[in-house]
Amino acid sequence: MTTKPTPRVRVPAKVAAGEMIEIKTLISHEMESGQRKDSKGETIPRKIINKFTASFNGKPVFVADWNPAISANPYQSFFFKAAESGEFTFAWKDDDGSEYTAKSKLTVG
Amino acid sequence: MNKGLSGLSRRDAVRAAALAFAVGAISPRLAFADEKAVAAEIKKLYGDKKMAEGKIKLDVPEIAENGLVVPVNVEIESPMTEADYVKAVHVFADGNPQPGIVSYQFTPACGKASAATRMRLAQTQDVICIAEMSNGDLYSAKANVKVTIGGCGG
Repeated sequence: MTTKPTPRVRVPAKVAAGEMIEIKTLISHEMESGQRKDSKGETIPRKIINKFTASFNGKPVFVADWNPAISANPYQSFFFKAAESGEFTFAWKDDDGSEYTAKSKLTVG
Repeated sequence: MNKGLSGLSRRDAVRAAALAFAVGAISPRLAFADEKAVAAEIKKLYGDKKMAEGKIKLDVPEIAENGLVVPVNVEIESPMTEADYVKAVHVFADGNPQPGIVSYQFTPACGKASAATRMRLAQTQDVICIAEMSNGDLYSAKANVKVTIGGCGG
């Protein structure tokens, strides 16, 4: 059932300087909580994305540490005050060590 | 006397069944966190530091029909400047197997200390939000969510 997580990010392409924008992110991931049991009654091991980081021009601006209580296909939104043009890097860190990333350009002016 | 397959008398079998039932009733199917577990988590982070009320807008539904996907939106009043901003926000729940939900780290670049995600709630419970300001001040808020269908396979 495991598919490769696909991140989806919504960032406005062009904004005015000083404008506050909302960034919405979503990634497909089962977020197995480690609480469920399979049909044989054995616990299904935990496998979640435990950290989401948003950086702008290489500088972290927002970090979310997720626990198993975060829903499957985790959604995360936050705000950013646009000061200069640049590029966002979004990174999701999986329990198994893999990292999924997405990039979006932001043009100010 | 009617002996069972295992050689137990009927009375023994009934007794064993009753015992098994009693043990099952005492040991819960899942261990859930409680208020104390949440308090312990907060203490781990901030010790016995005093918390004020206010500044936090904790937006959760009063009634969640599906405990698997419960929106949780936090917004903390702050100018979000280099001198005065919200450093961290932690969200806990006192009726899930584990008390932690999510922890956020904000920076002045955010412009606004607000974030939204979706969480699982196993049962009706309180959601607790703690905000840490850049000067170390702490604020807390609490909201109850009634869950119709639990979000942990229950």
